[in-house]
Amino acid sequence: MNASIRLPTIKVGDKLPEHVQGPLKRGTLALFAGASNDHVLLHIDSDFAKEAGMPDVFGHGMLSMAYLAQMLTRWVPQDRLRHWNVRFTAITPLYATIRCRGEVTEIFEENGERRARLRIGAFIDGDKQTLDGEAVVAIN
Amino acid sequence: MIDRTFVGVVSEPRTIGVEKGQLRFFAKATGETNPIYFDETAARAAGHRALPAPPTFTFSLALGAPPKRGDIFGDMGIDMRRVLHGEQHFTHHRTIYAGDDITLTTTTTDIYDKKGGALEFVVQDTAAVNQHGELCIEMRVVTVVRNA
Repeated sequence: MNASIRLPTIKVGDKLPEHVQGPLKRGTLALFAGASNDHVLLHIDSDFAKEAGMPDVFGHGMLSMAYLAQMLTRWVPQDRLRHWNVRFTAITPLYATIRCRGEVTEIFEENGERRARLRIGAFIDGDKQTLDGEAVVAIN
Repeated sequence: MIDRTFVGVVSEPRTIGVEKGQLRFFAKATGETNPIYFDETAARAAGHRALPAPPTFTFSLALGAPPKRGDIFGDMGIDMRRVLHGEQHFTHHRTIYAGDDITLTTTTTDIYDKKGGALEFVVQDTAAVNQHGELCIEMRVVTVVRNA
C-alpha cells in the first residue's frame, strides 16, 4: 500500500481523505495500554478514574495521535513526514468515534525540498475537536 | 508544586530494543490495516529493511524505558491521577525499525504554571538514536498536572 496520491499535484486547499476509527471500547483502551506501554490507570481502571474525579476511563491522547498518523501515512509514505505536533484540546470519552482530518495550508521550500504544511485535527461526536495540530511532509 | 530544580536535568541514556512482536501488537491495538506495519514481506516490498515503527512509537519506547533522573512518575513525584497529556511533537530524521536498539536521552526543558498554580506544565525533550549512532526521532512531551 503506497501513497495513493501523485505528490507533484498537491496544492493548497487539498483535503486528506477523512480517516475514521472507533468507537473506543474498554477493550480498545486496554489493548492500547498494553501495546503502547502506557500503563496510566486513568485509561484502563474505571475505579481509579472515578477516584481521580473523572466520569469513567477515557481514551489515550496518543491513541488518537496514532490514528492521525494513520491518516498521514495513508496519504504519503512515512519517510516523507518531517515534523508534526498536536495539542490535546479535549478528552476523548469512552465510545467516541474519532474522525481524523487534514488540509494543505501551504506549499513551501525548505532544506532543498518541496514541502506541504497541513492543518490536522481529530474530532469526536458532534464535531468536537480533541486534537489540533500541524504536520510538514516532503512532496518532491 | 513540582520542584523547579528539575529544569535542565538530563536523564541518563537508556537503551531499549524495538521488538517486532510489540510492533504487531501496536498495529492490532490501533486498528492498523496497512500491512507494512505488521507483515515483513509487505514491509520489504515497500522498501523497508524490517517492520517500521509507526510515527508515534517513540513515545511508547520512552514509556518502556523510563529514566531514573527526570521521570514524572518517579523522582519528580507527580501523581498519576492528576496528569493529562498537553502537547506532543515529533521531528523525524530516519525510520526506526524492528530489531533496532534505540538509546533515549530526555531533557526536562521547562516547568511552568498557569491559573495561579492550578495547572503545571512539564516540558520534556527526548532524542532517539539508533545502534549506528544515527539520530532517528526527536520528540517533545508536554505533561499537564492538575493541582486544583
